[in-house]
Amino acid sequence: MKLILDIAVTHIVSRLRQTLVGLLGVAMGVGFSVMMAALMEGSQRDFVSQLVDNMPHITMTDERRNPPRQPAEDTFDVVQFSGLRTPETRPGIKNPYAIIAELEAWLTGAVAPSVQSRAVIRFAGRDTAANVTGIDPRRERDVSKLATQIRGGTLDALYKSSNAIILGDKLAAKIGARIGNTISVASGRGDVLTCTVVALFHSGISQSDETQSYTLLKTAQILAGQTGIINAMRIRVTSILEAMAIARRIEAQTGYKAVSWQEANEDLLSAFEIRNFIMYTVVGAILLVASFGTYNIISTITHEKTRDIAILKSLGFTEKAVRRIFLIEALLIGAAGTVIGWALGYVLCIALGTISFKSPFMDATHLPIHYTASHYAIAALVALSASAVAGYLPARKAARVHPVEIIRGAS
Amino acid sequence: MERADTPDMALSRTSASADPLITLRGVTKTIGDGVLTTLVRDIDLEVRRGEFIAITGPSGSGKSSLLYLLGLLDVPTSGEVFVRQVPVNALGEQARAAIRLSVIGFVFQFHFLLPEFTAFANVKLPMRALGRLDDAAMDARAGALLASLGLEDHMHKTPGRLSGGQRQRVAIARALANEPHVILADEPTGNLDSQSSEQVLGIFRKLVDETGRALVMVTHDLDLAARADRQIRIVDGQIVEPSA
Repeated sequence: MKLILDIAVTHIVSRLRQTLVGLLGVAMGVGFSVMMAALMEGSQRDFVSQLVDNMPHITMTDERRNPPRQPAEDTFDVVQFSGLRTPETRPGIKNPYAIIAELEAWLTGAVAPSVQSRAVIRFAGRDTAANVTGIDPRRERDVSKLATQIRGGTLDALYKSSNAIILGDKLAAKIGARIGNTISVASGRGDVLTCTVVALFHSGISQSDETQSYTLLKTAQILAGQTGIINAMRIRVTSILEAMAIARRIEAQTGYKAVSWQEANEDLLSAFEIRNFIMYTVVGAILLVASFGTYNIISTITHEKTRDIAILKSLGFTEKAVRRIFLIEALLIGAAGTVIGWALGYVLCIALGTISFKSPFMDATHLPIHYTASHYAIAALVALSASAVAGYLPARKAARVHPVEIIRGAS
Repeated sequence: MERADTPDMALSRTSASADPLITLRGVTKTIGDGVLTTLVRDIDLEVRRGEFIAITGPSGSGKSSLLYLLGLLDVPTSGEVFVRQVPVNALGEQARAAIRLSVIGFVFQFHFLLPEFTAFANVKLPMRALGRLDDAAMDARAGALLASLGLEDHMHKTPGRLSGGQRQRVAIARALANEPHVILADEPTGNLDSQSSEQVLGIFRKLVDETGRALVMVTHDLDLAARADRQIRIVDGQIVEPSA
């Protein structure tokens, strides 16, 4: 084997310029593949993590996934209901604190009650629609990052004045409100509350910052006109990937609709899957193109070395040994190219990571890059496989050289 | 390197010196699809230990084809080839390669040295492929072979830095590397000047006389052929002299 390796190394070293071209082809392929994978996965992870961090992992509401069957439907087969009107007031979750206690008995994470309603916020003659979420600040800390997103105040400021409200910073900017200002909050039913802005928050997600506001549970219940109502549970779990299964269990246990973050962003996640498919196709194509370089080099070497192959075979080298020589040459080019490509990919990732980037949807300051060994391993695997195939074809042809024909031609 | 041990072992078992090293019995080789060309026809030949055989004949008469059949580089269309009385026609590519590696040494008109390797590395190549000796023994043998052919000062030169005669001597050293029983030389002096030709022939003569190896040389040169122990003349693929 050492002899075969020596011959292979001698061949590729003696064709240094060609070897370098092939090597750079593989290196570029691997390098750009690594960079592309790191960038794509980095942006995906960054987006998902922002999304997951800014919302509860599971939201259980007072809705049912399927409308409850009416008693008449159960009794008479011919009965059909149509044009049923949605009740003006939400029913709320029955015995919410009992449910919280039941969930906390097995759930690894935290549960917080909330009241969700829509309202129109008015300040200085400017109106804007907003979501008003009533929360329990002590429990809220465990289910969202709201406490860390507060700007100019604290979450506990909600306790400091009656009808205190925390606004998204862009929402506040839209109506021109500042901390300490008194604003009017009008519910859909026409009830108007005068609230004091005690803090602002900035989540980094524009949609949330422009439309979301937080009050104490009691304030939101007054606004909804339903004292004591809890119409949503905000749940945070330790293992975010299990959120979907946990949501199903909660739904089965309580009967209320529980939506995991995966379900809430189903369209987005399936778009990511398509994006990943495209990414790996492009990465594969890049490496395939690089492998043509390797094929070209090994083909050239086998063509140039036909006479040497003939003499090796006349000396007693088998077809298998000759095939191995050229296969090893291709793999050596592939391996060396891969190592250089890894370095190139890493450097490109670092360089890309320094580029500032401003998204209209969220405020990332730099291109998010995800570093993982699997990108390097996949790129190496594809590059080496492509090199092996690229080397095998000319190697097989070389091994089939009939020495007599070559020796006759050379004599 | 892949080696087939079966034919090698069989060859070792039948090593009586009186037995022919290579035997051709009724060997014919034809080539071509549709229009067939007969390269050699119904050849019977025995190559024995210590023999220096010269094969002569006009161009295209089948001299080299006969040599390639003797060296298992080619397979006869009909007839049988025996190496030390072991029939080899039915052997696979791997087994035939193993016999070539250990029993036969080739010297061609063109030296066919690997251009990137030094003379020393070229001579070591068959030994490394066979793998019978350790590295130190291979080095010693390669050095001794090159020195015996007057190349002690040129061992570490690549073929490009050697003269035609020197390259051919390196090729002879390589052919002798695995101590083959038979040396097959195809126009070994064809590209050499008269002085180098004389030198090569002297080496061959000494090799046969001193080591008892068999040597089969294809040549156009009747003066060189006259120095052999036995001459075989081929015309149109058939042995005409001496009569088969």
